[in-house]
Amino acid sequence: MFALVDCNNFYASCERVFNPRLRNKPIAILSNNDGCVISRSDEAKSMGLPMGAPAFKYEGFFKANDIQVFSSNYPLYGDMSSRVMSILEQFTPDVEIYSIDEAFLKFKGFDNYNFEDYGNQIRKRILKWTGIPTCVGIAPTKALSKVANKIARKFPNETKGVYVIDSEDKRIKALRWIQLKDVWGIGRGLQKRLSAKNCKTAYDFVQLSDGWIRKNFSITEWKLKKDLEGIPTLELDELKTKRAIATTRSFEYTFSDLENIKERVSTFATSCAEKLRKQKSSCYMIIVILSSDRHKKNLEQHRVSTQVRLSYPTDSTLIISNAAVNAVVSIFKEDIKYKRAGVIVTGLVPTDNYQLHLFEHENPKHKPLMRAIDMLNTKYGDYKLKLGNQDLERTWKMRQERLSPRRTTNINEILKVK
Amino acid sequence: MILHKSQNLTFFTPEISNGSGALFFDTGISAGFPSPAEDFKQQRISLDKELIKNTEATFFVRVSGQSMIGAGLDDSDLLVIDRSLEPQHNKIAVCFLDGEFTVKRLKVKRDSIWLQPENPEYEPIKITKENDFVIWGVVTNVIKKV
Repeated sequence: MFALVDCNNFYASCERVFNPRLRNKPIAILSNNDGCVISRSDEAKSMGLPMGAPAFKYEGFFKANDIQVFSSNYPLYGDMSSRVMSILEQFTPDVEIYSIDEAFLKFKGFDNYNFEDYGNQIRKRILKWTGIPTCVGIAPTKALSKVANKIARKFPNETKGVYVIDSEDKRIKALRWIQLKDVWGIGRGLQKRLSAKNCKTAYDFVQLSDGWIRKNFSITEWKLKKDLEGIPTLELDELKTKRAIATTRSFEYTFSDLENIKERVSTFATSCAEKLRKQKSSCYMIIVILSSDRHKKNLEQHRVSTQVRLSYPTDSTLIISNAAVNAVVSIFKEDIKYKRAGVIVTGLVPTDNYQLHLFEHENPKHKPLMRAIDMLNTKYGDYKLKLGNQDLERTWKMRQERLSPRRTTNINEILKVK
Repeated sequence: MILHKSQNLTFFTPEISNGSGALFFDTGISAGFPSPAEDFKQQRISLDKELIKNTEATFFVRVSGQSMIGAGLDDSDLLVIDRSLEPQHNKIAVCFLDGEFTVKRLKVKRDSIWLQPENPEYEPIKITKENDFVIWGVVTNVIKKV
């Protein structure tokens, strides 16, 4: 059996743990730089606050509906997430952390277990120990556990947050209930092509013949179909390896000078390279995007991107930053007020196992240098070691006007009790 | 850790521990008198281990005010909270009461719960249905500067 454990409105729930006054109140969490809404409590959702709503446009809406708004407090969410994940590991050794707020669990050799009971125990322990409410979906396959989770979330009164698909009846009922667009692994493109075939629910999807799926789609869709049929096909970790890593941010001001933009792009590239090394990948391609403020329609707009292909894969900050900065110089236009830039690294391959180029290769000094940089930055924090083309004065320039205290990671910001 | 297992061969990877806080004895292999301490090497004392029994459920908070000085909780002391422990009669707990966090001793009577301060200048608080009340976590240790 598999389980999907998903934290309910995770960011909002984290805020509530340390500020119980926020219970039952509408909450919205803003993206980095306080740009747009990235997480909403159920109350805020039901008021009609859309996902991705730009904060500046919704100030009036926030006020009128008394919505509590927060900057994203990633130190807090990250710590609470790791607590939840380690609790999950107490229930089975096979845990796949799928995102900051959800994880798949595999139960191998758990015969004769009462899974509804077990699911309840998981929920209860996480809630008691961390204060975070979750939903648990349990089913014979990974894709079905995701469907079960949706049911648990959608019908809290009937399910009490735990739903188990353990019979053919329940499986078919669930597949008939879930809309194709809500099925895990079915993207918008796929959904469009399938709805042309009159597929509306997951049930319609599994009625298609295996042969037709294999002919028209890839092995991934076929595996998904088998999984939905109740035949375990997807294992933990599948569908997961990231195919691109991106760091894109709005600037705090608009920039029309190249120097500032070069600095930002170099910083974003540094962050991408670091994430690459963390997941032990190297990239073949670097994409740089640059865009003006699309909300200021009276100003001249310029949205542009370019890509650089490398002849060998790399995870070196020096190479990636250099390539990204050169790329942004080539697309930059004078007299435009730029508001946003981004660096995306893609064409990812495992660092310890890639095809070597016959004539070109990375300077062998980079690997130990990167290791040293990562080590020092972990040890001293706050990116003490930077490239020369990054702003050395700048330490934390994100706009975070509504940040809650970092209750679990900074001793000066812990709760005070009277 | 077993890396790969076939019918007649099993591959192991070495167990790597980061061994923080462990003592390192470099006694070498040359002839001579071996370190008499080597057989007795032990982990250095770790306050984390002493004070934190359950890492996932442990949080720190700071005392503000005098209401619990009788129990040794002084202003600006650091408290270790274990949320996994069951709140019981006579335990000291961090509670959320009507919009505010407070630390008090729990008094569980037959039909009511009281929050008992440990300072004669403060009155015990009776929890009623009208209160917005949550027991947030049980206090296990007090850490104070001297």
